[in-house]
Amino acid sequence: MIRLDGVGQVFDGREGQVTALEKIDLHVRGGEFVTLIGRSGCGKSTLLRLIAGLLPPTSGAVQVAGEPVTGPRRDVSFMFQRPALLPWRSVLSNVMLPVEIDKGAGDRSKAAYRDRAHQLLELVGLQGFERRLPHELSGGMQQRVSLCRSLIRDPQVMLMDEPFSALDALTRTELSEELQRIKMELSTTIVFVTHSIEEAVVLADRVVVLTPRPGRMREVVDIDIPRPRSLGQNAHLTEVAAISGRLHALLAEKESDEVRPVDEVRSR
Amino acid sequence: MTRRTMPKRTWLTDSPVAAVVLPIIGLAVAIGLWWGATVVFSIEPYLLPSPWDVVVKFFEQPGYLLQETGTSLLETIEGFLLAIVIGVPIAVLIVRSVVLERLVYPLLLMVNSIPKVAIAPLLVIWMGFGQWPKVVMVLLMCFFPIVISTAQGMKSTPTELVELMRSLNASRVQEFFKLRLRYAMPQIFTGFKVAISLAVIGSVISEFVGATKGLGYVIQQSGASADTTLAFAAISLLSVMSIALFYALVLLEHWLLPWAQEKR
Repeated sequence: MIRLDGVGQVFDGREGQVTALEKIDLHVRGGEFVTLIGRSGCGKSTLLRLIAGLLPPTSGAVQVAGEPVTGPRRDVSFMFQRPALLPWRSVLSNVMLPVEIDKGAGDRSKAAYRDRAHQLLELVGLQGFERRLPHELSGGMQQRVSLCRSLIRDPQVMLMDEPFSALDALTRTELSEELQRIKMELSTTIVFVTHSIEEAVVLADRVVVLTPRPGRMREVVDIDIPRPRSLGQNAHLTEVAAISGRLHALLAEKESDEVRPVDEVRSR
Repeated sequence: MTRRTMPKRTWLTDSPVAAVVLPIIGLAVAIGLWWGATVVFSIEPYLLPSPWDVVVKFFEQPGYLLQETGTSLLETIEGFLLAIVIGVPIAVLIVRSVVLERLVYPLLLMVNSIPKVAIAPLLVIWMGFGQWPKVVMVLLMCFFPIVISTAQGMKSTPTELVELMRSLNASRVQEFFKLRLRYAMPQIFTGFKVAISLAVIGSVISEFVGATKGLGYVIQQSGASADTTLAFAAISLLSVMSIALFYALVLLEHWLLPWAQEKR
């Protein structure tokens, strides 16, 4: 479904060029749930933006559904770290935004999309909140609305950029369970960026570990724990713990030359 | 860490009745002090008339004074609307193009820094004694705050919302109308509220020079005949007008932008 071949990304920083990503080869199968994990500034978000067509790669090729990515695609949706809701729009009309912007989408009538929006809001427990404004909702509820918005056009691919990282632990647990449920129902391909090891393990079929500066693929770890899994109580605690420990070691590993635990991308 | 005490929430801070009553009390106290001063120090009316004198003066010729108020009000509103029609698009263009911003910005600053009183006679020379020099003066007064606040508002769109629109393949036009302009509205309204008070001042200034109508003209004439009470009546009408226009904008904002009210 998603194919990256020798992808690299170089930014022009103030102090010369900055290599954000280098030699990324990744193949995500249809219906697969892949999490990208790494320290801050390792290029995870950049990688996601390359797949989304928000950013053209400096080198290499990005393909989605067998076609080279030239810009944002209708069948790919993006979910951000923050809810990114338009504050003057009601919950329902925020969910309907993608449909409204892409009027040519015509595979369904507006009424059908509206029904779908109600259905999705019910799925995440927001029935009865359709006419509320975003500022009347809690952070978790806002992020649920954002999730519904990214699902409204039944995307083939969902790209999620640390969508739960700003939420409290309990809400985060709930949402990760909801996401798995939705995933199993819709068989969407998901690429999910996170810096939480636990989240990466619980959600993913495969975890891709990135090393920072420049972002390289350190390792790809398969997760064979049966679903549904939970961040909270877990029937497979030992497996999760074992894999988490391994990921932790991979992330903490110092490479030969100085890898400084700083947050920004090192310029060279 | 220093401790900051939150202001206590009481009936006085939260009730909508108090929101109306408190400003009235404030005004009443101020008028009471003014009245008290004229009585206690027995000030001559030609120096400082009492509030009662002013009210009496108004009711000697209410038709005339209201008509002059109407003239000033019309000039104010016309100039203000013209400033919006011209100022908002210019602000939008400035935000879109750095080159244009650099070209135009110093010019705007220069125009704004000129004391408007100095231009009033020039406007009369250029445009005659009719309504136009007044409307243009109001426009000049309102223009700058509207441009600045609109430009500021247009620049304040959060990056994640811009990125969202990009990821949805929104066109430039959609991005502008569905996101940037809407997001800027609260700040644009702030500019409007600053501008509307300046608009009233602008109409008065322009009526001082080469006018035969309007409250500014009344004030100027009353000065010539040492009719201080009449001047006070006109000034009072001006402030009432100013306050009414300001609150009309506040109401409009409440009605148009209910989503922006929560930020307090």
